[in-house]
Amino acid sequence: MFQFVIRRLLQGVVLLLILSIALFLLMMNLGDPIATMGSGRALTRPEDRARLTRQLGLDKPIAVQYLYWLAGNDWTKVDSDGDGVPDKNGTRVGIVRGDFGTSLVTRKPVSEMIGERIPNTLILMVASEIITIVFALVIGIYSALRQYSVLDNFLTTLLFIGYSMPVFFVSLMSMYIFAVLFKKWGLPYLPTVGMFDPQIGKTLTQVLWHMVLPVTSLSVIYFAAYSRYIRSTMLEVMSQDYIRTARSKGLPRRQVVYVHALKNAALPIVTVIGLDLPFLLGGAVVTERIFAWPGMGRLFLDHLSRADVSVVMGILMLVAVAVVIFQIITDIFYAWLDPRIRYN
Amino acid sequence: MTASSSLSVPQLTDDLSTPPLTLGQLGWLRFRRHKMALFGGVTLILLLIFSIGGAFKYAEKYANFNDTAQRLKPPSVEHPFGTDSIGRDILARTIYGGQISLFIGFMAVLIETILGILVGAVAGYYGGAVDAILMRITEALLNIPTIFLLLVMAKFFGGKIPEIHIGARAFSGSVVVIVVIIGATSWMYLARIVRAEFLSWKEREFVLAARATGTSNLEIIFLHILPNTIAPIIVSSTLSVANAILAESYISFLGMGVQEPTATWGNMLDKSAKYLDTAPWLWFFPGMLILLTTLSINFVGDGLRDALDPRSRAI
Amino acid sequence: MTTTLLQVSDLRTRFHTPEGTVHAVNGISFHINEGETVAVVGESGCGKSVSMMSLLKLIPSPPGDIYAGTAVYRNHDLLKNSEQEMEDIRGKEISMIFQDPMTSLNPVLTIGRQITEALREHLGLSPESAEQRAIELLEQVGIPDPARRLFDYPHQFSGGMRQRVMIAMALSCAPSLLIADEPTTALDVTIQAQIVELVARLREVLHMAIIWITHDLGVVAGMADRVIVMYAGYIVEEANVEDLYDAPSHPYTLALLAALPRVDRRRDQRLKSIPGTPPNLLVEPRGCPFAPRCEFVIEKCRQENPALIQLGKNHATACWVDVKTGAPR
Repeated sequence: MFQFVIRRLLQGVVLLLILSIALFLLMMNLGDPIATMGSGRALTRPEDRARLTRQLGLDKPIAVQYLYWLAGNDWTKVDSDGDGVPDKNGTRVGIVRGDFGTSLVTRKPVSEMIGERIPNTLILMVASEIITIVFALVIGIYSALRQYSVLDNFLTTLLFIGYSMPVFFVSLMSMYIFAVLFKKWGLPYLPTVGMFDPQIGKTLTQVLWHMVLPVTSLSVIYFAAYSRYIRSTMLEVMSQDYIRTARSKGLPRRQVVYVHALKNAALPIVTVIGLDLPFLLGGAVVTERIFAWPGMGRLFLDHLSRADVSVVMGILMLVAVAVVIFQIITDIFYAWLDPRIRYN
Repeated sequence: MTASSSLSVPQLTDDLSTPPLTLGQLGWLRFRRHKMALFGGVTLILLLIFSIGGAFKYAEKYANFNDTAQRLKPPSVEHPFGTDSIGRDILARTIYGGQISLFIGFMAVLIETILGILVGAVAGYYGGAVDAILMRITEALLNIPTIFLLLVMAKFFGGKIPEIHIGARAFSGSVVVIVVIIGATSWMYLARIVRAEFLSWKEREFVLAARATGTSNLEIIFLHILPNTIAPIIVSSTLSVANAILAESYISFLGMGVQEPTATWGNMLDKSAKYLDTAPWLWFFPGMLILLTTLSINFVGDGLRDALDPRSRAI
Repeated sequence: MTTTLLQVSDLRTRFHTPEGTVHAVNGISFHINEGETVAVVGESGCGKSVSMMSLLKLIPSPPGDIYAGTAVYRNHDLLKNSEQEMEDIRGKEISMIFQDPMTSLNPVLTIGRQITEALREHLGLSPESAEQRAIELLEQVGIPDPARRLFDYPHQFSGGMRQRVMIAMALSCAPSLLIADEPTTALDVTIQAQIVELVARLREVLHMAIIWITHDLGVVAGMADRVIVMYAGYIVEEANVEDLYDAPSHPYTLALLAALPRVDRRRDQRLKSIPGTPPNLLVEPRGCPFAPRCEFVIEKCRQENPALIQLGKNHATACWVDVKTGAPR
């Protein structure tokens, strides 16, 4: 088991390295970050631009830039005043030591910027995931047990529609109904912008209230997809021989379904949910944009459009790391859950 | 005791339960039974008629014609879907937008199918180091949520391709960009499926026989094994069209996709968020069209999956 | 004094499928006495499993439909029971063991759990006494080191062992009737013999009636008191086991017996097979369902489906022809 974990970790590291190289190459060609840096007059003279370019190390070959990004530059001399002559050691320690670099736009450390925004995104994601799982389990199991019934057919169709919808359609529709129409009809309506009302402040109720619409948008689609998957997994499990054996022993239906069937269905369900979790971040990008939620997704969008390599790479690598970690966790969890793997 | 010899077979009064049919015929017969799949198919055809046929009623110039005096008008007889923020007729724009969105969907899937088959077949057939490398690359790409990949690539390629003129029509170069990047970021799923199929099919005896008679590897891959794997490829590709259309709408919605004035359903939605409370028709119609399209494709794909399931020979 | 344990009359089960209605069981009637072993013989698809699963109402109900007949067990018609009432019968009064021990045991639960749950459900035993009893049961079926193996999972046992575990599970509450659905078909021949012997031994101890479903006539000879032969959802012959082998009276039974490979045949004699194919159950037969494949067929066979005709004590056959003479009865 230990060997298994080590092997997966090593594979993960190799994967991340490959990814980082590919992404870095892509990033280098995104455009000229100097051009988007705002301080107006100071950057219009070519000499100033050249100086800044040298200071930021953007004149170095790509391989060197990648190396600095990966392992820092505090072990070598860099040109800190931009005059073309390397003078003192750099201040970066590289991503392997946790230094995500500095934003080319805001000049703040990227880790700080991401750190500010990540909790907000996590709030949305965790809430969506919990709601999705709970509802999907309920509907999925219910629908599997009532196969062929009118309700099952109706639900199946509804779920189908649900997971064919683009996220922003759900968002726009829910915004329209619960914010605009409700307001028009004089009903209490839900807020659609940001995380809290700046006049009231960042209270728990404010945040919760503001969370409703974004979380709903995110959840609807995943919930529809998971329900279908849980339903089909349960159906497959319920048709297995060992369920027939359990019934022939005269066990009550509840026990047959929730112990015998569910324990088996849990294996593939857990795998799917676990592997899918980090991909929820993708949905967050769109949702945060629509609802002006101050999360990591918005940070990504804002800085991508300004070719801010450090921030974009930082976020991308973070996401990739999250995916790899979740894969490993899911694998381990599955191996632990399935006695056929655990006892071998 | 009279007993006919055990070798003679008496006249049988019951016949075989399943007459012999090709996979295509069988597939069609079973597809027909799925009401939802048929509904999806019909809706798709209607949508295609809408997008292509509609072009005969409204010229493209009209779709891009803006009269700011007419801005943000709700649906009326003159403008059945209303007008947008600079006075363009939304119905006409959804027609042309539909053309682009559907075109992007199909073309992207074409690219991704070719890539997916190539990678999957080579990895599955040759195995060994080739397989390992290809799979590492595939996994690496799968490890990033598609949206991030798409956005980064959109930014990377953005603005590098000039406007294209075909006949009397002008397309923003971003259409090509979008097609390429969607194709380049979705082939991995098909590659995995194709690889799994090849892994199992290459062990079959007919492959051994083909090799023994000196058939080249290329011939074996494309003429012998590939035809057997058509069913899951068709299903996957069909469903991918829906994903491709959704992907295009996502990036266009975020402003990084197809650029103005070329319309797509996605970029029409982008502009609509600002006018959410005053002009819901701005997002409703393009949004519904996207929904209907992906829904129909999903229905059809689902029906195809059941119809082409090679394990079940029942009608 | 033999008492009738179960009396089945005109049981009919069908399945509603998109392709049509499959007539799986078409009116079978039989009885079984306490302590008796009845073998049910026939080809795959003849309805033997479906009829016995109908008794326990284990047929999945949207496609399946037990639409006629009665099954009186101890003065109570099982087919009229609610699901609750059936749950009290299953595992306690009537138990079942199945063909494939690989897939019939739940892979994620310990076998100890799978044995004790029936004990706790039906006999109300505490966890400790249930565990104790489970260990005894495992010993009885010949599993070595039972106290430790209680905590093992099905995949840690061999095929024969798993079938023994299934038997232990089924007999845990000392049922009066055991339905064994081809329990040895999936096992090696040597293991088969062991399992048959085990069940025979336990039958004595528990004074249990057994319905043994099989297509292997060799097993029948060793185990059964009486035999029922089924074809296309009908019972075509029933007899005491000696009478079946001495004086088979239905063409199908004859053909089955003739198809058995025998050690004392000449080497150059071809194995006899039954020509033709089993009938399509989507169509209700006109006339005798075996007529297309029968070597004794006369015109009447194609017109009218024969009902069971009594030939003697416990011996009945559904055939218009006397197979000893070839002439109509």
